[in-house]
Amino acid sequence: MTTVEERPATEIGQARKRKEDRHLITGATTWTDNLTLPGMVHLAILRSPMAHARIGSVDVAPALERTGVIAAFSGRDFADSQGTIPCAWPVTPDMVNPGHPSLAVDTVNHVGEAVAVVVARDKAAAQDALEAIEVEYEPLPVVLDMEAAVAEGAAKVHAHTESNRSYTWAFSSGEAGTGEPIEDALRDAEVTVRRRFVQQRLIPAFMEPRSTVVQPVGDGFTMWSATQVPHILRTMLALTLGVPEHKVRVIAPDVGGGFGGKLQVTPEEVITALVARRLGKPAKYTETRSESLMSAHHGRDQIQDITITAQRDGTVTGLDVHLYADMGAYLRLVSPGVPVLGAFMFNAIYKFPAYRFVCEGIFTNKTPTDAYRGAGRPEATFAIERIMDELAHELGQDPLELRRKNWIRHEEFPFTTVCGLTYDSGNYEAATEQALQLIGWESLVAEREGRRASNDPVQLGLGISTFTEMCGLAPSRVLGSLDYAAGGWENAAIRVLATGKVEVVTGASAHGQGHETAWSQIVADQLGVPFEDVEVIHGDTQSSPKGLDTYGSRSLAVGGIAVVKASEKVVAKARRIAAHMLEADEDDLEFSGGKFSVKGVPGEGRTIQEIAFATFAAHDLPDGIEPSLDADATFDPENFSFPHGTHLCAIEVDTETGFARIRKYVCVDDIGTVINPLIVEGQVHGGLAQGIAQALYEEAVYDDDGNLTTGTFVDYLVPSAADLPSFVTGRTTSPSTTNPLGVKGVGEAGTIASTPAVVNAVVDALRPFGVTDVQMPCTPERIWRAIHEGAEKSDRAASGTVAYGGASTSSSDGSDGDQL
Amino acid sequence: MTRVNVTVDGVRYTDEVEPRLLLVQYLRERLGKVGTVIGCDTSNCGACTVALDGKSVKSCSVLAVQADGAEVVTVEGLAGPDGALHPLQQAFHDHHALQCGFCTPGMIMAARDLLAENPHPTDDEVREGIEGNLCRCTGYQNIVAAVRAAGRAMSNSSEGVGA
Amino acid sequence: MIPASFDYVKPATAAEAVQALAEAGEDAKLLAGGQSLLPILRLRLAYPERLIDLGGIPELTGVTDAGDSIVIGAMTTHDEVLHDGLVAEHAPLLVQATRTVADRQVRHRGTFGGSLAHADPAGDLPSVALALEAELRVLGPAGERSIAAADFFHDYLTTALAPDEILTSIRLPKLGDGWSTHYEKFNRVAQAWSMVAVAAAVHRSNGTITEARIGLTNMGPTPLRARAVEQALAGADASAEAVGRASARAAEGTAAPSDLSARADYREHLATVLTKRAVLAAAGI
Repeated sequence: MTTVEERPATEIGQARKRKEDRHLITGATTWTDNLTLPGMVHLAILRSPMAHARIGSVDVAPALERTGVIAAFSGRDFADSQGTIPCAWPVTPDMVNPGHPSLAVDTVNHVGEAVAVVVARDKAAAQDALEAIEVEYEPLPVVLDMEAAVAEGAAKVHAHTESNRSYTWAFSSGEAGTGEPIEDALRDAEVTVRRRFVQQRLIPAFMEPRSTVVQPVGDGFTMWSATQVPHILRTMLALTLGVPEHKVRVIAPDVGGGFGGKLQVTPEEVITALVARRLGKPAKYTETRSESLMSAHHGRDQIQDITITAQRDGTVTGLDVHLYADMGAYLRLVSPGVPVLGAFMFNAIYKFPAYRFVCEGIFTNKTPTDAYRGAGRPEATFAIERIMDELAHELGQDPLELRRKNWIRHEEFPFTTVCGLTYDSGNYEAATEQALQLIGWESLVAEREGRRASNDPVQLGLGISTFTEMCGLAPSRVLGSLDYAAGGWENAAIRVLATGKVEVVTGASAHGQGHETAWSQIVADQLGVPFEDVEVIHGDTQSSPKGLDTYGSRSLAVGGIAVVKASEKVVAKARRIAAHMLEADEDDLEFSGGKFSVKGVPGEGRTIQEIAFATFAAHDLPDGIEPSLDADATFDPENFSFPHGTHLCAIEVDTETGFARIRKYVCVDDIGTVINPLIVEGQVHGGLAQGIAQALYEEAVYDDDGNLTTGTFVDYLVPSAADLPSFVTGRTTSPSTTNPLGVKGVGEAGTIASTPAVVNAVVDALRPFGVTDVQMPCTPERIWRAIHEGAEKSDRAASGTVAYGGASTSSSDGSDGDQL
Repeated sequence: MTRVNVTVDGVRYTDEVEPRLLLVQYLRERLGKVGTVIGCDTSNCGACTVALDGKSVKSCSVLAVQADGAEVVTVEGLAGPDGALHPLQQAFHDHHALQCGFCTPGMIMAARDLLAENPHPTDDEVREGIEGNLCRCTGYQNIVAAVRAAGRAMSNSSEGVGA
Repeated sequence: MIPASFDYVKPATAAEAVQALAEAGEDAKLLAGGQSLLPILRLRLAYPERLIDLGGIPELTGVTDAGDSIVIGAMTTHDEVLHDGLVAEHAPLLVQATRTVADRQVRHRGTFGGSLAHADPAGDLPSVALALEAELRVLGPAGERSIAAADFFHDYLTTALAPDEILTSIRLPKLGDGWSTHYEKFNRVAQAWSMVAVAAAVHRSNGTITEARIGLTNMGPTPLRARAVEQALAGADASAEAVGRASARAAEGTAAPSDLSARADYREHLATVLTKRAVLAAAGI
């Protein structure tokens, strides 16, 4: 055992290597698909090849003739018991939710929707038998384009709804009283810049395909699932299937990444539970990658019409945002709320006096969208950081100077924005200065100018993203005001064992983030016990009964604080027992390094371990004291936290081929207090990779019939090591003022910040060619077309794809007029 | 059914298998070697990488029957009998080269193959050497650092390359 | 996903393989390295009833010196090609192109012959075979025959191989003095198939390009020779200007596809840029 003396002064801030690693690097893993149970049957799911069709008939009988097949079901077999996939976020009172059967009953509404399920003794037999099922589809008109979907006379995705519009959600600073009316800003603007930006559809593409095992247990069942949200899943399954919540146990064993993609109650989980209960046997379903890409929820997919107004000196006066957000065919767990999460982030770090946000959620015959890393905030950050560059260009100003002129100055924190949110702390000046130094901005600017002057076929572009985000989802009252069905608290419990070892039970359910390590560091400091003496328990609703799971950069800022609060209760209990043992007054005790001692008498004292054993023995406790140091706490934050940072990207664009290669990427993130710099660094790197992938590589593409043409990793381009640069990272620290650790959140920062930095760099490289936008992902072809055919052609995607209209610009500044 | 004789992580197995059984399924479903995982169906992700007669392969793109008579090493066969980590495993831990860990077995097996050929790769050589392995968590930077560090550690120890 | 069921045979000689193919008829597939075939089977895009594994036939592997040419066994893996001294000396273009094929793991299994017989127009090695004027040796029930690379690729995934024939080896003429080569590949991510690529072999004499052989990858349903460029280069100055002018004709006679990764007109443009770069690099200009 590590002795007290050998330990660092504080665990918080130490680059502790992760406790999680050992079993992962040796292959001793517990992925859901690794699990086998006695008598377990295997499922294979027949998926719709049609984007939109009425189901005439489904004949599963021929499948039953196949070798090894035990049963087969269509949606009609479960029509009365399957309920509907829940949507927990009815963003408006009149939001239209068409309902979402797990197994399609009367219609299919996207390619990949589950139509029938075969149950067999092994996976291969189940898969073989799918081919025997006969389905009659009567094709219906396919709705793919959002604007066409809401046009007069458009075909409908759901016949029983009035239109393809699910909801319209609006915020206006004038009406809310948090700022001036946008109408005034638009009317009085000296300069107005309008742009349409397109957030392409992305696929979370976690590396572990989803897998679910369900074992019937008495009246209820136990589910193992590759999920981010075992607690939410438990509650939702109970409601969906009509099984009492206390009869449902959900276990998230090792989970191979999520990125929002496993923040869901999936049709496959419901189907597996239905089959297991119908047959009374444990059942397993594991998806293939192809199934995952077409049926696990997608992300992003917005058309953003952005208008910014400013004075001629660059002072911004208003921001007007209109979004079309593609819901896909159905509403899943938080589909409608994802774009709304960005509603208060478009104004970002800038002091806009007036702001309006309108979002229309639209149904199309595509895979439903839902949370993907950043969820709403990357979209907002992209739009504002792109339009700030366009405004700078319009004004002939330096993009960095324009930002400096308008951002919230360090001395202005805490700052209440035009949305009414209060930013806790920040120092945009310091982060930006450090980033400029790290990248060598001045020499890169000189190089860019040199390449421009010499018409170098390889141009250099420099991109800036000065971002903020809101983390720590979320104050429950705020979620309530946004009509989210649940709260945003988190729970932790601490159990002090007889030998002084400590168990920490957390409701945050990690799937790669390193909670076991970080929580151990927090508790080691709070209780003064060795890091190694802390065990973190999570991911099973039986051992960790209470929690709201891991998403939205919430684990540390909410769950970590719950751990602190529970620790404080343990210390308070221990203090009373220590006082009794030391025959001293509680108020005369100090607690340091895991030891209570009488102030001024440092030699005498009782360690937390001694107190733990004394409590366990309970031979001599003060009157009225229970023999337990255990405590739990549920923490509900009062405010979000607001990390920020400055990301700079230097990109080389080969103007002959259109190929863009990142030469240098620097980011300086301010995420408040850092618990473990090693883990933080990893989170930033991974976030950057995903944000850069949106800018340059990834896009889910549908053909005119609604087939996902990027249905395998051959075509959906997740970048490899060879496609990404090394990142240079820096840090500034502005502790959050809204929680006792001063922490903010880091899980999504890299993803949120990097996408506009890269695209701004690409556009910057192409300014000499008159290019004002390149649609994402900035493929070589799009860049080449932007150079040679003008900005409006840059959106031209490959043949047979559904791409939205490209950049459009108008300006009221002088004679420039319409650049369209 | 076809008979196969395969040595996996030092243990010899004889089995009757369907010809269509993929090597990765044989490892996972017949031998219980679930440390090796399946991440895709097009041989892009590399999560299933193992060594087949000393060369890295994607075990989802090899039939079990093709491995007849061969020696397979998986991530489960790397650590020493005393539980001592292989230098690559140690380096992945030291450099925080994994987060969710799903790609890690394949990544380690791919890196082991690279180091056997090039014990001291540059950053770019590592990046190219593991281009057949996708990771969604780490952004690869720490993986690159870990592989290089493992290369150094393996040259400095009796473990040697290809251990 | 799991392939549909099939039978499996593993012949020990090329003659046995031909016999097995004759017995199995149309529903058989030859299994070489399997790096294209197995993903196709897993996605159930093909349903062969029998796989004939060529992996147990020693005579189909290895590289031999045949005087004015080298002969590469069809089942020689990409990895073996990369590490072979004869190939390095006499066909560095093949080495350079092979190094860009997929990734290490795939190169350990995939074979030179397999990639030619598969005839994917986005594959890198067919255009190299064209540029190097390879001769393909095939074996069938009627015996052996040779097919020039120029006559081998018939259409998308379709070759001159009869259904009852197997590819046994590939003969690559040694390039003599004055020849140099380069493979220029363009793709969006490292692992992707070529969007367009150019295999160039250039013969220089003093300040003049005397002859050039240019193979184009993914500019039609088969690999193609850029004949117009070759004609324009023959006798041209070994200068950037002359190469640029000649390369501007790279898309002539091609039938570039429009697909998810690029439209035809962009591919046509890329062909000109990449041809220029390939020829310049090959000729050392």
